[in-house]
Amino acid sequence: MSTNDYLVLAGTFHGVHAITRTITPRIPVPSPPSSTSTTSYAFPNPGIPATGLEYLETEKFRLTCFQTLTGTKFLLFTDPLTTNIDVVMRKVYELYADYVMKNPFYQLEMPVRCEAFDRHLGGWLRGRT
Amino acid sequence: MSTTKASRIGEELWKTRVDKINAELVTLTYGTIVAQLCQDYDSDYNEVNKQLDKMGYNIGMRLIEDFLAKSNVGRCANFRETADMIAKVGFKIFLNISPTVTNWTSDNNQFSLIFEENPLADFVELPDDGRAQDELWFSNIFCGVLRGALEMVQMQIEAHFVSDVLRGDDTTEMRVSLVRYIEDEMPPEEE
Repeated sequence: MSTNDYLVLAGTFHGVHAITRTITPRIPVPSPPSSTSTTSYAFPNPGIPATGLEYLETEKFRLTCFQTLTGTKFLLFTDPLTTNIDVVMRKVYELYADYVMKNPFYQLEMPVRCEAFDRHLGGWLRGRT
Repeated sequence: MSTTKASRIGEELWKTRVDKINAELVTLTYGTIVAQLCQDYDSDYNEVNKQLDKMGYNIGMRLIEDFLAKSNVGRCANFRETADMIAKVGFKIFLNISPTVTNWTSDNNQFSLIFEENPLADFVELPDDGRAQDELWFSNIFCGVLRGALEMVQMQIEAHFVSDVLRGDDTTEMRVSLVRYIEDEMPPEEE
């Protein structure tokens, strides 16, 4: 895939993710009897905000989305049978924190072009197989 | 999440996940930066405070990802939890200190961090020019770091020092106020 394809994919996914988050069903909140007929709605556990799409699966592959608390999303494409995806995700996040965010010449919000990140991630993945 | 649980997480991460370096290297490097800024801005200490805050802000926006990746903690349920997380986990893993969280306002939106120790300020004596003691907040970079880091997790805060032992005060105290929770940004319009 070309860089442009990645950007289109990321943009499309971002939109779909936002939609899936907004269509999360809410349940009516019981209002005190004294109040008027306006019913309010909330998530079953208000402390946990709605997440969006987390998995997307086809015959041939699975797309996993990991969203950090800062809102950064990582998309991982794997075989649908792969296990321990969360371990891989955490490692990717750690390497990202190290080799992308701590690289003083990486500009925030710009495409990640950090050779050290690719190298360490590649090395770690090869070490697992 | 309770205060003790936060302390435990902080201790655990400090022991197992953090690379250590010589503390004096940090102290000397930071001291050099502040001294250089004072020189560059002709001892305009208000400007130096501002620059330190700005540098901290840029660090905080990056450091938060490292904090989250290492600690693997979830979202805080309220600002009190956030305060404990900052003091017991954040400061612990990056500087091996745990400032005390205290002086809450009744609406739980403002608290103070009291620094019993401050590795940035070891060996430091402020310049004896009659103004530094009143104007310079030597460790002002901390305020920026908190502001940058919390902004990335959807909290707009304001932070400033109110006292510093370097100025001859009894304590080193930073005041942190929650301005607002930043609502999710709308997704960009599709072309």
